[in-house]
Amino acid sequence: MSEIHAETVAFVRETMLPAEAPPAREAGAVKWLRENLFSGPVNTLLTLLGLGIIWFLVSHFWDWFAHSVWSANSLSECRQIIAETWGEGARGACFAVIRERWNQYVYGFYPSDLYWRPTLVFGLLFVALAPVLFSESRSLRRLILGLTTAVTLILLVALGTPVLWLIFAAAVTIGASVIAERHPLYLLIFSALYPLLGVWLLWGGSIWGVIMVLVGFGLGWGAWLVAARVSPMLSAVAAALVAMIWWIGFAGAAASDAQNLIPLGITPVDSDQFGGFLLSITIGVAGIALSLPLGIVLALARRSDMFLVTSLAVMFIEFIRGVPLITLLFVASLLLNYFLPPGTNFDIILRVIIMVTLFAAAYMAEVIRGGLAALPKGQYEAADALGLDYWKAQRLIILPQALKISIPGIVSTFIGMFKDTTLVTFVGLYDPLKSMSDAVRASTSWKGIYWEPYIFVGVIFFLICFGMSRYSMYLERRLARDHR
Amino acid sequence: MKKSVFLGTVAAATMVAGMGMADTLADVKARGELNCGVNTGLVGFAAPDANGNWTGFDVDVCKAVAAAVLGDSSKVKYVPTTGQTRFTALSSGEVDVLARNSTWTFSRDTDLKLDFVGVNYYDGQGFMVPKELGVTSAKELDGATICIQTGTTTELNLADYFKANNLSYSPVNIDSNAEGEQQYMAGACDAYTTDASGLAATRAAFADPENHVILPEIISKEPLGPAVRHGDSNWGDIVRWTLNALIAAEEYGVTSKNIEELVKSSQNPEVQRLLGVTDDLGAMIGLDKEWAKRAILASGNYGEIFAANIGEQTPIGLARGLNAQWTQGGLLYAPPFR
Repeated sequence: MSEIHAETVAFVRETMLPAEAPPAREAGAVKWLRENLFSGPVNTLLTLLGLGIIWFLVSHFWDWFAHSVWSANSLSECRQIIAETWGEGARGACFAVIRERWNQYVYGFYPSDLYWRPTLVFGLLFVALAPVLFSESRSLRRLILGLTTAVTLILLVALGTPVLWLIFAAAVTIGASVIAERHPLYLLIFSALYPLLGVWLLWGGSIWGVIMVLVGFGLGWGAWLVAARVSPMLSAVAAALVAMIWWIGFAGAAASDAQNLIPLGITPVDSDQFGGFLLSITIGVAGIALSLPLGIVLALARRSDMFLVTSLAVMFIEFIRGVPLITLLFVASLLLNYFLPPGTNFDIILRVIIMVTLFAAAYMAEVIRGGLAALPKGQYEAADALGLDYWKAQRLIILPQALKISIPGIVSTFIGMFKDTTLVTFVGLYDPLKSMSDAVRASTSWKGIYWEPYIFVGVIFFLICFGMSRYSMYLERRLARDHR
Repeated sequence: MKKSVFLGTVAAATMVAGMGMADTLADVKARGELNCGVNTGLVGFAAPDANGNWTGFDVDVCKAVAAAVLGDSSKVKYVPTTGQTRFTALSSGEVDVLARNSTWTFSRDTDLKLDFVGVNYYDGQGFMVPKELGVTSAKELDGATICIQTGTTTELNLADYFKANNLSYSPVNIDSNAEGEQQYMAGACDAYTTDASGLAATRAAFADPENHVILPEIISKEPLGPAVRHGDSNWGDIVRWTLNALIAAEEYGVTSKNIEELVKSSQNPEVQRLLGVTDDLGAMIGLDKEWAKRAILASGNYGEIFAANIGEQTPIGLARGLNAQWTQGGLLYAPPFR
């Protein structure tokens, strides 16, 4: 072969040429810019327009941000400092208001020596959520629990928590981190107990109430075991009935008797002392946790074959969706007062949580119904063909797929609901955005301040909602089972 | 909480109607706490500080009533109410007294079944304009854009006034005082109108108060006073005469400083009756002899309360004006204690 070549061709290169560097316009930042920002006339125009808007905003507001004052005791002091530092006529942000009033934005009027309690509840929220939200990823769970443990304990020490509670907090958070390594499923026990613990820590009072609620669950379980021998349907009814009778008829009296016998409790805190993000997060978390199961039940009911169930579900959903949330809140705060005899104290936060939950559940039901409708009919038929009964089919085949499809919608509803918690301002509760800012502005030192509280509250809301949104994206990626 | 939920549920089911027979005084005494409806935040009148302690002109009325009834001015639970919830909170029994800068009007007194027990601040609607506009009277505001809170009596007053004077204006609707200030400062409207006390407080908070003027015209009557429910006249009497005691105390020169001295040495028979030295007025309203003394001690007489919260020494800097004693050209006139 080589001989032939030698005769016909003067030179044959036998090694590959080293790759040339790409032309300047096809590499690095330039390439990225060309592809993403200046790929055509329309794109170029939009890019320039966007840059123009950014420039407009920055040039108008930069000096205001740059001249931020963080330590002052009143707005006039802020103005004085700004005038002294940057000259007469300069304008600047007075974030000193946040520095002085941050505690009210976060805790409302919660007694300041008890700030550790909501903080502990918030920390434990992540411990309770970790096994639910990150059930499959050990490394993420480790990260979340580790961070929670460290941050919670540091905050608790900083807030002057009593030693006994500090030990409790350390035991729970560190214990959870250790257990999560080996038997993450055990953590679900804590997740189930968390709502009771959270309510007790937030509102305080006697621990016997919590214990009596637990006793109710225990009695219900006992009734279930006894009746299960007769029929499974009966056992569910018996369990619910026994627990209800206990809670309504005896739990209150038993709790107060026990409290008289062995007083055991922590300082009670009234609902009207809640405010700021403590209030928003309490309502938001309770609403989210309750509206998802309720929404699932409603969605299933709406697709049910039974006429009564379907029409009740449709009526409920359409009624709630047809009424603004503010109307429901007014009903909760005003109308109920007329129906209840004077002197009864039906906790206002509980009323709001119920209304917010019902509201979110109606939307949730429609989102999930969308997911159910998106499933191919074959899935339902396959479940039937396997001989599964209704509940097994829903639990094992239908819902896991439908919920996965609905994740973006569900999380959107959650985020919307969380932001809607600021509407409680209309019933005289101190939401962080409006009521609390108005209350702060009502003091003579901070009257006239406008943007700074909004910016502060907006940033925190953004962080929380953005976190939820990122989590939903992570969940979608993790659950992706489709073939690419 | 669990217990109260349960009570609420049972109560909703049985719907006991007991409103008409309410004995608020007994309820308050049994509770050991006065539920007082206040503004969610109005500078000078009611505002929580950084620690959540309420102060203000209206708040001091609550304190005085609590001191008279319960003997302790700190035994008040402040229930923040919005413009929408205030009257329902009162008529549903959530609060015992509503001291929330509410204007005493015919329909509120009759149709809404409230009893206004008196007036603790005579307010009126005014206008604020930038000085550079060169306007010196509200009559010169023809064709102006005016920032106005929606859904308030001020909106109606404004329409009435401009109609009566054959002037035109275009309203810029705003939702809250803070928003109004912002719009006004941004130049979205030529004039800002609200109660004169609010205008003064707003102007005082500006970076350049000297560049804004409050026009002399007051276009409405806004008598602000504490209110109680219809149907419990004894409780209404207690709140009314507590307020009167504060006003009378100023008239007779009884202050929180000299009150102990006056109890011992005052020769004025009216003061002696007021402070319970002679006669037992308290018994007539179901209280003890020293009720008025405690009410005055809570935060001082009317003049002291005014000076401490909204008077000329405070940043709000309101002059007494109509709110001076009748002896000094004002409208405050407490009926005799006899």
